[in-house]
Amino acid sequence: MVGPNSFYGPIDPAPDAGYVDAPPRMGFFTDTSVCIGCKACEVACKEWNGVPDDGFNLLGMSYDNTGGLSANTWRHVAFIEQEAPSEASMDVLREAEATVSTQFLGMPSSTLPGSAGREDRDLRWLMMSNVCKHCTHAACLDVCPTGALFRTEFGTVVVQEDICNGCGYCIPACPYGVIDQREDDGRAWKCTLCYDRIGEGMTPACAQACPTQSIQYGELDELRDRAAKRVEVLHERGVPEAKLYGHDPADGVGGDGAFFLLLDEPEVYGLPPDPVVTTRDLPSMWKYAGVAALTMAAAAVVAFLGRRP
Amino acid sequence: MVPPAEFRSYYGRQVVKTPVWRHDIAAYLFTGGLAAGSALIAAGADLTGRPALRATGRITALAALGASGYFLVNDLGRPARFHHMLRVAKPTSPMSVGTWILSAFGAAAGVAAVAEAAPWLPRDGVVGLAARALPVAGRIGGLTAAATAPALATYTAVLLADTATPSWHEAYPRLPFVFAGSALASGGAAGLIGAPVAQAGPARTLAVAGAALELTATHGVEHRMGLLSEPFRQGKAGKLLRAARLLTAAGAAGALLGARSRVVSALAGAALLAGSVATRYGVFEAGKASAADPKYTVLPQRERLAARQDS
Repeated sequence: MVGPNSFYGPIDPAPDAGYVDAPPRMGFFTDTSVCIGCKACEVACKEWNGVPDDGFNLLGMSYDNTGGLSANTWRHVAFIEQEAPSEASMDVLREAEATVSTQFLGMPSSTLPGSAGREDRDLRWLMMSNVCKHCTHAACLDVCPTGALFRTEFGTVVVQEDICNGCGYCIPACPYGVIDQREDDGRAWKCTLCYDRIGEGMTPACAQACPTQSIQYGELDELRDRAAKRVEVLHERGVPEAKLYGHDPADGVGGDGAFFLLLDEPEVYGLPPDPVVTTRDLPSMWKYAGVAALTMAAAAVVAFLGRRP
Repeated sequence: MVPPAEFRSYYGRQVVKTPVWRHDIAAYLFTGGLAAGSALIAAGADLTGRPALRATGRITALAALGASGYFLVNDLGRPARFHHMLRVAKPTSPMSVGTWILSAFGAAAGVAAVAEAAPWLPRDGVVGLAARALPVAGRIGGLTAAATAPALATYTAVLLADTATPSWHEAYPRLPFVFAGSALASGGAAGLIGAPVAQAGPARTLAVAGAALELTATHGVEHRMGLLSEPFRQGKAGKLLRAARLLTAAGAAGALLGARSRVVSALAGAALLAGSVATRYGVFEAGKASAADPKYTVLPQRERLAARQDS
């Protein structure tokens, strides 16, 4: 059950949480190199889970009118328009286009549509479907004072909405800024990795809906192997900027249950470059607090010592 | 001056979420510390024959505890479910640990405060029995409250630091000392206001010692954490912490100089209390500001990555 790596370092989270004979750990691999920004994942998630709307805004952030993950957005598609770093990365986009049978009207460019050949495109468009990472070491779970947040047998992290009393502690604890409090409701909400679907052997709604298999669901070990191979293929094709994010069990959160293949630095997508679970430092924090507490007690004793009025 | 470093972000949006806690939590930081400091003073006064100081401490502790309970329940998203805090005792959650510290302290401080009513109760019958038992029960309660008081005063620092909020987390070695000093200063201040000069001596000592600790530790937070000290010096948080410094220093000076004057002592006490409120609100606002700007998340993490790659 509880072991030396229970707060930090590589572990298998379900057995560490006390499950006996847990099923294999399940998760997501989101390959952003084939994402076409269709937002089917956002819609499917909302439909299946009955998630309320998040405001019907026009944010002026390319095609992103959702903004970010929140209590009412459990899958969020990010759009970033940039100068293209390599021709091979454009090939990757063309491959993605080829998997969809509709006609592609062209990437944003600096010339009139159709007046220049595709070779002249000087922009690339990064698209990425963000989600709760279901961290191996989940800070939200560690700090929850009611036990509402718990680890499932699949290694995922879920909030029980009938127990959450809206204390709000999980919200600043998450190093990725995922979980949030729902206004008008008061409780904290986030992606459940479709616990109700995977418990029946089904695929989560977002993965089911994704038309390019950018979102892949399966056993985490197998997904990690697949992702490593995919990065190798991309590097061979001349896309050196392709990198995995959240795949490494030795990282600051023990690796993510939902990890990504990115085509730029994490902060470009709104992700932290080096997330660390806050619980790593908790033993040290209690020690400092202990010394401060002893200081208080000692001061009180000294102040009253041998001083009769 | 090192020029501001370049960093990239997603349309300038924040990476981590800003805490959703409202001003109730900043207020609780103060009332919890006041309760803890007062309880320590009340217990010391009880053991050294200072009845007026003891009464001041016990009643302040109970009143501050009641206010604390109100603020904590009021801030919940579902206040009616406040008792869900008692479902678990979870060492990885400072809020869970704090719930139990507060419960133990509250019960003990309650008994101690009720014991102050003993002289007014009739001496006959069942009530008379209770009246005669109260002083002893009060002493036990008061000592128990004092034993849990240091934990009550410092666990809130761990609570704030145990988040991904950049400036709070980085401050974890120093914040417990800020809160401990502030709690001592608050408790001492209550003693200076409520007790006659003849009995308030130890409260004076603790007020000055607490103020010194609070000022020293806060200075470290404001200047020794590199980029992450910036939110404590700028904006709303900066204004609050500068006011806190002024009030706390003035209060400490007044406490020292007012050793013979109840009026000066009381004014010093009021300044120390105001300074403590400003410190707590300032720390609270600084954390929120550090979450709202992505640079406080991205830049230190990039530096950490670069340092790892170099080594």
